[in-house]
Amino acid sequence: MESSASSSPLDPRGPALPTGPGLLDTTVPGGVVERRRVGFEAILAPRNVFLWPALLVVLALSIFPLFVSLYLSLSRLQFTANGIDIRFIGPSNYQVLLFGSEQVHLIGLLKEPTALGWAVFVGVAAVVGWAFWRAIRGGTAGFGLVLRGLGGIALLSLTWIVVHTIFATGGRPGTLLVTLTYVFVGLVVQYALGLGLATLATLRLPGRRFFRVVFLLPMMITPVGVGYLFQMLTDTGKGPLLPLFQAFGLYHFTWTTDPWLARVAVMVGDIWQWTPFLFIVLLAALEGQDQEVLEAAHVDGASRWQAFRHITIPAILPVSTTVILIRMIEAFKIVDLPNILTNGGPGTATESVTLQAFFDWRTQALGRSAALAYVLLILVTVIATAYVNLVRRRVAAS
Amino acid sequence: MLNPLRRRSPLDLPPVAKLVAYALLVGWAFVVLFPLYWLLVTSFKLPIQVEGGPRYIPFVDFQPTLENWRYIFVDLRSDTLRPYLNTVVVGLTSSVLALALGASAAYALVRFQYRPRVGVIGLFVGCLVGVALATGFGVPLPVSIASAVAIFAILVATIARRFRRRLGNADVAFWLISQRILPPVAVVIPIYVFFQRLGLLDTWQALIITYVATNLPIVVWLMRDYFSTVPLELEESAAVDGASPYRIFRSIVLPVSAPGLVATFLFVLVFAWNEYLLALFLSSARAQTLPLTVAAQNATRGPQWWYMSVLILIMIIPVILVAIALERYISRGVLVGAVKG
Repeated sequence: MESSASSSPLDPRGPALPTGPGLLDTTVPGGVVERRRVGFEAILAPRNVFLWPALLVVLALSIFPLFVSLYLSLSRLQFTANGIDIRFIGPSNYQVLLFGSEQVHLIGLLKEPTALGWAVFVGVAAVVGWAFWRAIRGGTAGFGLVLRGLGGIALLSLTWIVVHTIFATGGRPGTLLVTLTYVFVGLVVQYALGLGLATLATLRLPGRRFFRVVFLLPMMITPVGVGYLFQMLTDTGKGPLLPLFQAFGLYHFTWTTDPWLARVAVMVGDIWQWTPFLFIVLLAALEGQDQEVLEAAHVDGASRWQAFRHITIPAILPVSTTVILIRMIEAFKIVDLPNILTNGGPGTATESVTLQAFFDWRTQALGRSAALAYVLLILVTVIATAYVNLVRRRVAAS
Repeated sequence: MLNPLRRRSPLDLPPVAKLVAYALLVGWAFVVLFPLYWLLVTSFKLPIQVEGGPRYIPFVDFQPTLENWRYIFVDLRSDTLRPYLNTVVVGLTSSVLALALGASAAYALVRFQYRPRVGVIGLFVGCLVGVALATGFGVPLPVSIASAVAIFAILVATIARRFRRRLGNADVAFWLISQRILPPVAVVIPIYVFFQRLGLLDTWQALIITYVATNLPIVVWLMRDYFSTVPLELEESAAVDGASPYRIFRSIVLPVSAPGLVATFLFVLVFAWNEYLLALFLSSARAQTLPLTVAAQNATRGPQWWYMSVLILIMIIPVILVAIALERYISRGVLVGAVKG
């Protein structure tokens, strides 16, 4: 992970830009040229006034909770007559979650994988090994190599869990894999739908403004409300889809007893609610494009698809990578929808890691709840770091 | 009357493709609107009409009633209107503040180069931990802060400069977004204690500060990308004319980035408007917001869908109005016009 001169990993103009014109302030390409300022003038330079208020607000509200929950995750809380008794117990909360009695809940019921499972595992291991070997051959060393190694180990562990739960007879995925399923299926579908709808909404069709506002509506409903709304819609006795169920010969069945059907219901709700977020961000990016470039491409005989592929896609790539990262981080925290729609059931089939932490928190197992949050924090940080670094390389190379 | 399918520019689609596009738009609009329609009809149903099986069309399938609306606005009255006012104030204030602070920081990260030293940051975090530990062991807060500042100043001047490694803007940005990773359930208790110490529990201020802090990373990330598409020539020519960086930011960069600003504002507004768990902890009677009112309709007898429907509907109306008012700014030509004008 080199700390390059680029100000933004996702900047479309590559790592050399934007350093800002020398006129504006203190930087020029190739090096830092600081106009020396002294005293208050140095503190109140534009570069500080622009950045620091935001940093301080975030810092003030985030650093304290971060350390407190870390401490809580390493302790046991007991409610006694004199108030709360917090006792430091070391990593045993994590031990219970990863290897102890809560392992089935978080990681899943582990069984011997099938032949297909082993094949998948060997395949992934081969790819990871090949990528690592290529990195060494490519001259990566030191910190970057360590990071890549850790990323590879994380990927392999995840694959190991997948083949021992999903590709194994009698195995069953825990909240970790369920959350990952929600995140990745949700992201792919939401991005595809969001980009498609945004493209359609840029066409000069009658009623365009109506569609643009209507498409935003699901995002505006409070997540708790969306949970109850989908509870209403999917109710097999009094919901509006009853005739549809009956048409398939399903009367008074309970889809909530099938783990995968219940998970699909949660994902449908999530997709319905959050496609608008990708839609509006991508719409703003599409509308911000320079139309003259597109028209020039058309005059030069480029087909619509070629123009989209070679002009529009690169233009919206930075925003796309950002919006995917934000949506991914938010999606990992999914809690309201499975909580209300299925209450995590059947069993723990639709529980996300955050919901598991919420249930623990509600039963006053605050230490284990904080430990779960930290497991999620580590997982998401690894994935987000890998994503930023891989995408930064791609975007810089293109 | 103009034929809406007629091609006006070479970039327009042929009529058949337009029809297909239109069908897709209408199809998705149906997917979006049907659940909302269901909310609307449910809000005019009596409990028995909801429980008896699906009824779709008022006056045909069932006799609509205003009973639920009456309950929310007459029986609950101040228990609906006070949260409503709180939601409007907290939502709008926090979104405007988050947008102002976040857009400035995003602009800074695009235009200036920051190279914070790892040593200084480590020292700073170390001092913060020291303050927290000392306060935990009973040292008065002013004393621990004063000594931490002194230690920090001395060490920065001596040791910290020896650690050469520096970070870049990308690392600052990544730190910001990483602050959103921890789920709210893990941070509510520390934040609760934080505002309890400040004596701000159950106030607008607590909610506004929290929502500004939680929304800032998203604003910074989204606006960074929109700002990076603003042509440098625009700013350079203004700088040649003697405009200050603040002036350039306010009069050139912000107007040109209007589509991005609007999209970002809508998103953070929606987040602050609908946030549930933090509001549950930080507000009780006076500052309670509407998501709590919605959740409160899940009584021991099961969810009161008819009341919820009313609340959800009245809750989204202001956001829809904001969206309608701002939608016009998300359209092409803004940037091109600025460059030429």
